[in-house]
Amino acid sequence: MDKIPILRMGAFLLVTIQVDLYDRLALNLEADLVQMVNKTSAKGVLIDISAVSIVDSFMGRIIGNIASMSKILDAETVVVGMQPAVAITLIELGLPLKGVHTALDMEKGMKLLKSMIDETEEDADEDQTHDDFIAE
Amino acid sequence: MMTLSLSKDTIQVLKEQDVVFLKNRIKETAVKIKMGLVNQTRLLTAASELVRNMMRYADGGVCIIEVVSSGRVNGVRLTFSDRGPGIPDIQAAMRDGFSTGKSLGLGLPGTKRLVNEFDIKSKVGQGTVVTILKWANG
Repeated sequence: MDKIPILRMGAFLLVTIQVDLYDRLALNLEADLVQMVNKTSAKGVLIDISAVSIVDSFMGRIIGNIASMSKILDAETVVVGMQPAVAITLIELGLPLKGVHTALDMEKGMKLLKSMIDETEEDADEDQTHDDFIAE
Repeated sequence: MMTLSLSKDTIQVLKEQDVVFLKNRIKETAVKIKMGLVNQTRLLTAASELVRNMMRYADGGVCIIEVVSSGRVNGVRLTFSDRGPGIPDIQAAMRDGFSTGKSLGLGLPGTKRLVNEFDIKSKVGQGTVVTILKWANG
């Protein structure tokens, strides 16, 4: 049984999807990822789909699900590296992936995640100096 | 205009592994007729939707991959046929957001938007046949 590895990096979880997803693999990833968010109290999830050439309505729904599930577990999700052809297809299919943050590449995605987490931390406890959050 | 069939390939789809095999064969066919990358993606996404329907509602079926030619342009025609329960109301099934399963209901209408030609025939109790066609550059 194939499995998509989930790597932990500080407060983030990194997932790089290197194969074309089929349904069961995607469902397993959804379950594993939400478990991991809970177990590691991750603040952000970064999903790299640069190697994925097909995202159909089912995969799109899984990506949306992961984002909403992580959100209610207090983690933000950013999807990075979508191929242009996949973006075209998704919109024509009628799946705009609302509520999912995206970035062009890993680096920009990381920056976006950090900025989102900084914001929520500031809201949460304003008396705390946020130097340690900004420190890279 | 006359559409000629140049090659024909029939693939049984019963298990999840067959789906992967089928997608690879469709991709090979699309590459062979020099279909552009975006159109390849559209065709494969459409096929992915239809094969999922076939697996979910009819426990599998058969897909015929054809290379067709109309004058100077080539295209790929896919015919998905199953012996499932059939679709009682095709008009409803073709509407965005309609689903009898637990999906988003984008499968059939979304697929139609991705391809050049789309045809669906279904008889309750006998099965469903969906035919799609994507030209190499169109």
